Amino acid sequence: MKKLTTLLAATALASVMGTAAWSKTLVYCSEGSPEGFDPGMYTAGTTFDASSRTVYNRLVEFKHGSTEIEPGLAESWTVSDDGTEYTFKLRPGVKFQTTEYFTPTREFNADDVIFSFERQYKEDNKWNKYVAGASWEYFAGMGFPELIKSIEKVDDLTVKFTLTRPEAPFIANLGMDFASILSKEYADKLEADGKMELMNQQPLGTGPYTFVAYQADAAIRYKANPDYWGGAQKIDDLVFAITTDAAVRAQKLKAGECHIMPYPNAADVAGLKEDPNLTVVEQEGLNVSYLAYNTLVAPFDKVEVRKALNMAVNKQAIVDAVFQGAATVAKNPIPPTMWSYNDAIEDDKYDPEAAKKMLDEAGVSGLKMKVWAMPVARPYMLNARRAAELIQADLAKVGVEVEIVSYEWAEYLKLSSDKDRDGAVILGWTGDNGDPDNFLDTLLGCDAVGGNNRAQWCNKEFDDLMTKAKTTADVAERTKYYEEAQVIFKKEAPWNTLDHSLVSIPMSKKVSGFVMDPLGIHRFDGVDIAE
Amino acid sequence: MLRFILGRLAVLIPTFIGVSIIAFSFIRLLPGDPVMLMSGERVMSPERHAELMNQLGLDRPMYIQYLDYLGGLVTGDFGSSIVTKRPVLDDFLQLFPATLELSLCAILVAVCLGIPAGVLAAVKRGSWLDQTVMGAALVGYSMPIFWWGLLLIIFFSGYLGWTPVSGRISLMYFFPQVTGFMLIDSLLSGQAGAFKSAVTYLILPTVVLATIPLAVIARQTRSAMLEVLGEDYVRTARSKGLAPLRVVGVHALRNAMIPVITTIGLQVGVLLAGAILTETIFSWPGIGKWMVDSVFKRDYAVVQGGLMLIAGVIMLVNLIVDLLYGFINPRIRH
Amino acid sequence: MTAIDTKATDPKVAGGTTPPSGLSEFWFYFSRNKGAVIGLVIFLIILFVAVFAPFVAPHSPSIQNREMLLMPPVWQQGGSWGHILGTDAVGRDILSRLIYGARFSLFIGLVVVTLSVVSGVLIGLVAGYFRGRIDTFIMRIMDIILAFPSLLLALVLVAVLGPGLLNAMIAISLVNQPHFVRLTRAAVMTERTKDYVVGSKVAGAGTLRLMFLTILPNCLAPLIVQATLAFSAAILDAAALGFLGMGAQPPTPEWGTMLAEAREFIQRAWWVVTFPGLAILITVLAINLMGDGLRDALDPKLKRS
Repeated sequence: MKKLTTLLAATALASVMGTAAWSKTLVYCSEGSPEGFDPGMYTAGTTFDASSRTVYNRLVEFKHGSTEIEPGLAESWTVSDDGTEYTFKLRPGVKFQTTEYFTPTREFNADDVIFSFERQYKEDNKWNKYVAGASWEYFAGMGFPELIKSIEKVDDLTVKFTLTRPEAPFIANLGMDFASILSKEYADKLEADGKMELMNQQPLGTGPYTFVAYQADAAIRYKANPDYWGGAQKIDDLVFAITTDAAVRAQKLKAGECHIMPYPNAADVAGLKEDPNLTVVEQEGLNVSYLAYNTLVAPFDKVEVRKALNMAVNKQAIVDAVFQGAATVAKNPIPPTMWSYNDAIEDDKYDPEAAKKMLDEAGVSGLKMKVWAMPVARPYMLNARRAAELIQADLAKVGVEVEIVSYEWAEYLKLSSDKDRDGAVILGWTGDNGDPDNFLDTLLGCDAVGGNNRAQWCNKEFDDLMTKAKTTADVAERTKYYEEAQVIFKKEAPWNTLDHSLVSIPMSKKVSGFVMDPLGIHRFDGVDIAE
Repeated sequence: MLRFILGRLAVLIPTFIGVSIIAFSFIRLLPGDPVMLMSGERVMSPERHAELMNQLGLDRPMYIQYLDYLGGLVTGDFGSSIVTKRPVLDDFLQLFPATLELSLCAILVAVCLGIPAGVLAAVKRGSWLDQTVMGAALVGYSMPIFWWGLLLIIFFSGYLGWTPVSGRISLMYFFPQVTGFMLIDSLLSGQAGAFKSAVTYLILPTVVLATIPLAVIARQTRSAMLEVLGEDYVRTARSKGLAPLRVVGVHALRNAMIPVITTIGLQVGVLLAGAILTETIFSWPGIGKWMVDSVFKRDYAVVQGGLMLIAGVIMLVNLIVDLLYGFINPRIRH
Repeated sequence: MTAIDTKATDPKVAGGTTPPSGLSEFWFYFSRNKGAVIGLVIFLIILFVAVFAPFVAPHSPSIQNREMLLMPPVWQQGGSWGHILGTDAVGRDILSRLIYGARFSLFIGLVVVTLSVVSGVLIGLVAGYFRGRIDTFIMRIMDIILAFPSLLLALVLVAVLGPGLLNAMIAISLVNQPHFVRLTRAAVMTERTKDYVVGSKVAGAGTLRLMFLTILPNCLAPLIVQATLAFSAAILDAAALGFLGMGAQPPTPEWGTMLAEAREFIQRAWWVVTFPGLAILITVLAINLMGDGLRDALDPKLKRS
């Protein structure tokens, strides 16, 4: 008992003395725990926010708040005439972070670049399987294993990538998280110490913030990197407070326990906007949600039927009920924040009468169809069940009987790719790199039939445009191709484009310098907070 | 005594093997394979799929997978998470103190309030006090605690703003994990206000988690007390003119405690089940939330390893309760 | 509230009225417990509402009124008599959903209790009657099931079987059933050596006859009490699973599932969160009140004290 009293007295004393000024700390209520800290192995945005966007840099970076590319760790680059050789001039004098667990002795150079990429595809590289079950999903998903022929060090500050074919989106891909540059020197040290798994627990890069500690499922702590090549940060400490429940995040923000939160509940946004201490910034997310018909199965192989069904659905009602208005009705398969978005296109008008007539004319009556509703919430579709119920009610009005089906998520993804799938599927896509190719060709190209192309739709004209756009480096020319492709898409209506969700980020009014990112990442370089 | 302990241990081994078989086979029966989930909306080529299945060892015959797994268990290897790639045991050890701290606080509250409440109700049998206490106990016993937690958050955190919404301590405090118990660590850190902060974060989850054990203990204490108060020796003591407080406190309570202690032991499983819900509501970074998250992520390895570890903890606690009981009550040893 | 009436358990009163038959004796003790009677009345009301839901409910539980999303209950500003307890996020009437939800909860309780009692009693009879290796084997399996926290086991089971009401019921029955096995086994073991059993055995009664007709009826009392407890526990567990997203799936108006769906409105619309939980609490409380009454009436040990 006496001990306890002493201890309490000591705490009381400490509370008097411990009023030293807090360093400038920004608290971000993040939506989940990072899977790890080596961005190459993961695919979740949560992981990227916590690793690649704070600790690491890439050869090229996305401009703050846009999908355009700017130089990063590479100062400049040249492309050979045939479009297969990319030579990067690296930025000189870039220092890796100094942490409690590692002090670098050399600056960033070509070895680091080669190490960061080679570990992801060279199976004999010791880092290819440095933790059990390591796999490089994005690297494989973007087609890099087949695309990259070789990576060579020309000199300490020059690296040459040789590709197997011309690929216009290549530069944009290098701005993605999986292409983050790690320190080879740090890797060598971990290897020598026999602690390779620490690469995924104690990251070390060239980025604006230095990793301090991760408290499992509770918080991640960073401090500003004083040596950052992009300039010093205005805040001293950055804390990610992991708060999985959106309502709880909102409450913490209101209580001043954190300063910025992502992914508020649509229902809470109105209340947060009213709070005098908060501001809410909004932007269309780089995503789309769609209802994909199976265009290989009658009667959905007929354009008129697909058009009629599109016209029968009140998409605004879905936006209202599922998103409480925090989304916009989609007319194109790519979001409005993406370059080449064709705003001249007119959406199919909501008109049940006309739709019914069109169905009659197409000789379709007493149609029974299935609508697949995803079992999980995704940013582009918060509640597919609810959306499916609304679609069901709408289609009933034009005499179409809808049965809603759902499967367990993995099952859903697999079965929905099936070529002779029965029914229309609610699904969506979140962009990886801001390139229209990442939506249009990935989701609607002929190669993707039986895979990502859930409409199983293969249109020669559309596909030719995709190929042309992929092999052209000139952005203006590519824009034209993509705009034309959107016209064909709308005419053919393989999907009913449902919505682009509106991304809202509520934050304290004390925060300045936070820029919304169309790619859905959360960056804290350049952010400041008033005392 | 030694024979008694050995006998108990001998029973544990087949149970543990049974538990491992269940944990193992459950997970193989889960629909959808983890590799599909890793890729999400991005469709994976069948070759890549096969390659990854091979990498994770999921394409080998079931019994080989099981023997491998059992071999791992013996050496303390509970596998690695498919999502985070971290060893399951590491995560468990890191998160378990949070659950333990919450559970201990809850059981402490339940015992400290439940036993006096039960005793009072028994002594004042039939009074309004008895009726109120037992009424409250029954309401507590019938409580859907996930709803109870939400109500408390709405009222105390949202409306009154008295308690923080979730987490274990204000983020303003940062100190190394020494014991894993936030209350102790915050004191050790010597940081001003850290302990107070930890306490405010602990209050609501403790109340929620303590609700059902508190009700059970109060009810159990009351009926045990009633039984003992009716026994001859208590009546004798009373008739000898011993002070009522002494009768209740010394003679009756001591004997009534035996069934109550058993009840407390049985609450461990109840607490862990309750922790699943409580931790989910309050984002408490413990093993309950960890398991729920893993079930939803279809993280085979974590669900499997976590089931084993949690079952292990419960079996261990039951063993300890058994042994204690054997000490107190020698008759049971035979 | 519970009011375990002192007189009800007073031996003098009990002895004084010598009830003529078992049933009226039962009712005598049961009705002495005011709480139990209140519980019974509430339970009957819920049962009535559930059975006649289509006639009682003012609206269909699935009709969406898109003009009235998240309308507050009638006594709050903006409420209306058309939707007494308000509407949810897609404009469905909450009261009607609660009324239909009563069907699910009672149904879940009934199915779970039936499944776990039947299987538990059968297994327990076998274990207790035959003893030996079968007994050891069975009890070992029960130990294994009891080594997991019940909700966790149910959660993983449902994940394996696929989320849904039916699977949730199967999972809950499975984790509930060891209690019945243990109870039956213990009762059978004490009854087995009693004179009347030995007597019928000598008289040449077959094993099955002995098990079901001679022994089982004499173990019923604790089983009935346990069944009541299991009934309310099943409702709670199913609601918890629904809350975690692993029970009945939306748009089923199951109370736990409604709560899970309502969680995102916790700040904006207190009524969508409060009422489903209250419905669960009241139902479970009513059943537990009845359970207390049953125990008083059936448990001879308590009667004596």
